[in-house]
Amino acid sequence: MDMFNAIVQVLDSTIRLSVPLLLACLAGLYSERAGIFDIGLEGKMLVGAFAGASAAAVFHSALIGLGTAILISVAFALVHGFASITHRGNQIVSGVAINFIAAGSTIILGQAWFQQGGRTPALQPGERFEAINWPGAEAIRDVPIIGPIYAELISGHSILVYFAFAMVPFTWWVLFRTRFGLRMRAVGENPAAVDTAGISVAWLRYRALICTGVLTGVAGAYLSMVQNGGFVKDMTAGKGYIALAALIFAKWKPVNAMFACLLFGFLDAASIRLQGSPLPIIGKVPAQFMQALPYVLTVVLLAGFIGKAIPPRAGGVPYVKER
Amino acid sequence: MAQAAIELIGINKSFGAVRANRDINLEVARGTIHGIVGENGAGKSTLMSILYGFYQADSGEIRVGGKPVSIHTSNDAIALGIGMVHQHFMLVDNFTVLENVILGAESDALLKSSITKARSELDRLEREYGLEVDPDAVIEELPVGLQQRVEILKALYRGAEILILDEPTGVLTPAEADHLFRILKQLKDQGKTIVLITHKLREIMAITDTVSVMRQGTMVATRTTKDTTVGELAELMVGRRVLLRVEKGQSEAGAVKLSVKNLTVRDQRGVTMVDNVSFDVRGGEIVGIAGVAGNGQSELLEAISGIRHAVSGEVMLDGKPIDLTGKADPGELRDRGLAHVPEDRHHVGLVLAFEENENSILGYHDDERYLKGPFLDIDAIMADAKDKIEKYDIRPGNPRLKTANFSGGNQQKIVLAREMEQDPGVLIVGQPTRGVDVGAIEFIHKRLIAMRDQGKAVLVVSVELDEIRSLSDRILVMFAGRVVGERGPEATEGELGLLMAGVEHQEAAE
Repeated sequence: MDMFNAIVQVLDSTIRLSVPLLLACLAGLYSERAGIFDIGLEGKMLVGAFAGASAAAVFHSALIGLGTAILISVAFALVHGFASITHRGNQIVSGVAINFIAAGSTIILGQAWFQQGGRTPALQPGERFEAINWPGAEAIRDVPIIGPIYAELISGHSILVYFAFAMVPFTWWVLFRTRFGLRMRAVGENPAAVDTAGISVAWLRYRALICTGVLTGVAGAYLSMVQNGGFVKDMTAGKGYIALAALIFAKWKPVNAMFACLLFGFLDAASIRLQGSPLPIIGKVPAQFMQALPYVLTVVLLAGFIGKAIPPRAGGVPYVKER
Repeated sequence: MAQAAIELIGINKSFGAVRANRDINLEVARGTIHGIVGENGAGKSTLMSILYGFYQADSGEIRVGGKPVSIHTSNDAIALGIGMVHQHFMLVDNFTVLENVILGAESDALLKSSITKARSELDRLEREYGLEVDPDAVIEELPVGLQQRVEILKALYRGAEILILDEPTGVLTPAEADHLFRILKQLKDQGKTIVLITHKLREIMAITDTVSVMRQGTMVATRTTKDTTVGELAELMVGRRVLLRVEKGQSEAGAVKLSVKNLTVRDQRGVTMVDNVSFDVRGGEIVGIAGVAGNGQSELLEAISGIRHAVSGEVMLDGKPIDLTGKADPGELRDRGLAHVPEDRHHVGLVLAFEENENSILGYHDDERYLKGPFLDIDAIMADAKDKIEKYDIRPGNPRLKTANFSGGNQQKIVLAREMEQDPGVLIVGQPTRGVDVGAIEFIHKRLIAMRDQGKAVLVVSVELDEIRSLSDRILVMFAGRVVGERGPEATEGELGLLMAGVEHQEAAE
């Protein structure tokens, strides 16, 4: 039974750890499906996390925090759009620039506003998104098997966790069942076809980037307002890049993206769990090795285990009407 | 006179200093097929792009169905019932036919009703015009002929009454082109108006009712097709008399330079593309290989030039074998005097993002002449490029210009100049004049014959039967990977056509 409880606990933290990845990964999916590479997921999450925690602390409201996180993140997405859609700049350069601005400005503003070494004030109850306990969770907690699964895995998460997983079927539906999705997929493959069909390529791509901004904003808010009780500098810690890796791993498909993010989340959770405890056969392994494991596996998976991943064909190429 | 479907009055359009269209007047009668011919860069595509709302005219008036209209975007054109089939298809390759058809013409925010509607509409179009295509097929898995059909369906689905086709047969096999023409005639019979842009005069003669000729941005003439001739149109296009068949003397064939014996080539799927082919090419003669595209000519050329693996057989260049494992060093073959003008100049012959002068030495860049120690000798390269530009009349004559900005004909001249000026003993040319306009064709043919007269061995593969007949001293016909016949230059088109279609010799004689 101890073993079972341990597994449930690892799975529970898998879910918690994969949520920011999943939100960022879906965010990247909107942008890349529309033909805009977005290496700036990381930066947008970071400004979202900072803006969310700051606003929540100042206005004593989790919802205002979330709204601010989304607003600021979308603003950064629009900057990326302005550089790479309107001015046809290089999308990688623009994305990297956004990451730098985000990393620097969050620390400077944090220090200037709160004088806590770049942190935001610790969030009080009501300023964070609390766990939602489903009806009956406490009552059946002691029932073997079903009890822990229901109480730990299904119940007891914040609203943002449920939002993230609900976004998976929703994104699928948008992509494959709506006019917007059809056009967005088309513009990522062949923008000239969209243009000659009488649809504005730029406006379509801007809308996709707005979706990206919303999702990275939520991802950021999750980091600083759910996982942590406030903003800490560089708290995204490369999650934006892992989300991009997961996106390739998922071949730009929403349901695959969920499984990819759960896998990366699981590796993360397992490495935390196994830290310090000796493994069978191998014995005690340095903590650094366990921490590096998810990244090593990322490289291995991307290098050879996913088969052929064909990115959207027009990805990264600014659209210029041919003469 | 039938009512005019489109009238263009005094259209002007400039791109910077270039006047692409000047004072164009054009009237297209309803229910007719109207051809527009002209050399590359004559302004045909610009004019049609103005009509389709891709560009705005600087001045002038457009009338559709007698009413003056302003067309600012493709949407305006679509709303007026104008549809366009672009030269490079505007299709999303990994979408289904259905998805491509509804893109931009969806009936509401969800796809369900659009898909149902499009399915029945496609069914109707299929019945009415014989435009058969599986609505659930993915575009990239369809042959180009069918992809083009999807483009036509897209236009019809949007209610097009006027259909503009830009160089529609450039990518089609002759059989596919014939099928397209049948469809166009059927559309015309149903009252649609068709504008056909092309530089292939045979097509104009075959299916248009009237034809307009453009030259250097102006509309020089409009004729009723049945009252004009290919010769007259060619002359109007180029502005001078054009030799449709180059004059050439008797060939004086010398020693065998290139010898192919029992060559067999299979493609990636293991299908035999070249089947036990043998022939010789002597110095001082042009051997032409005729055939419908896809009968093994491309694979034959690639095997001979050492870039495709051959299963068996041998190829001798000046009596010494060529490595047929597909790993031959092209540089070594060049040193041995084999020059190759590939069929697909965009992918194999040129780096389009390079400047003209860089492409004009590509592959020969290790040559002493272009080097100064370990560095490129830019002055020598520029001088060499300028020399070629002058000799081959490459326009515009600017060696610093990006190669992608040259027209198709001039790109072809860049490749030809590069390969021919190396003074090779054997020249292999695939589709020497594909996408090239009449004036340049004449020039290229003359250069090829000059090579022959210098005693070089020339092997030409072309799907244009006229070209093969006009150039070759001997004609080999390929069908299903085999050489099914050899004829002299006096062979008739009908005779070669039957061979190309795979009809046995005995039947052909009857």
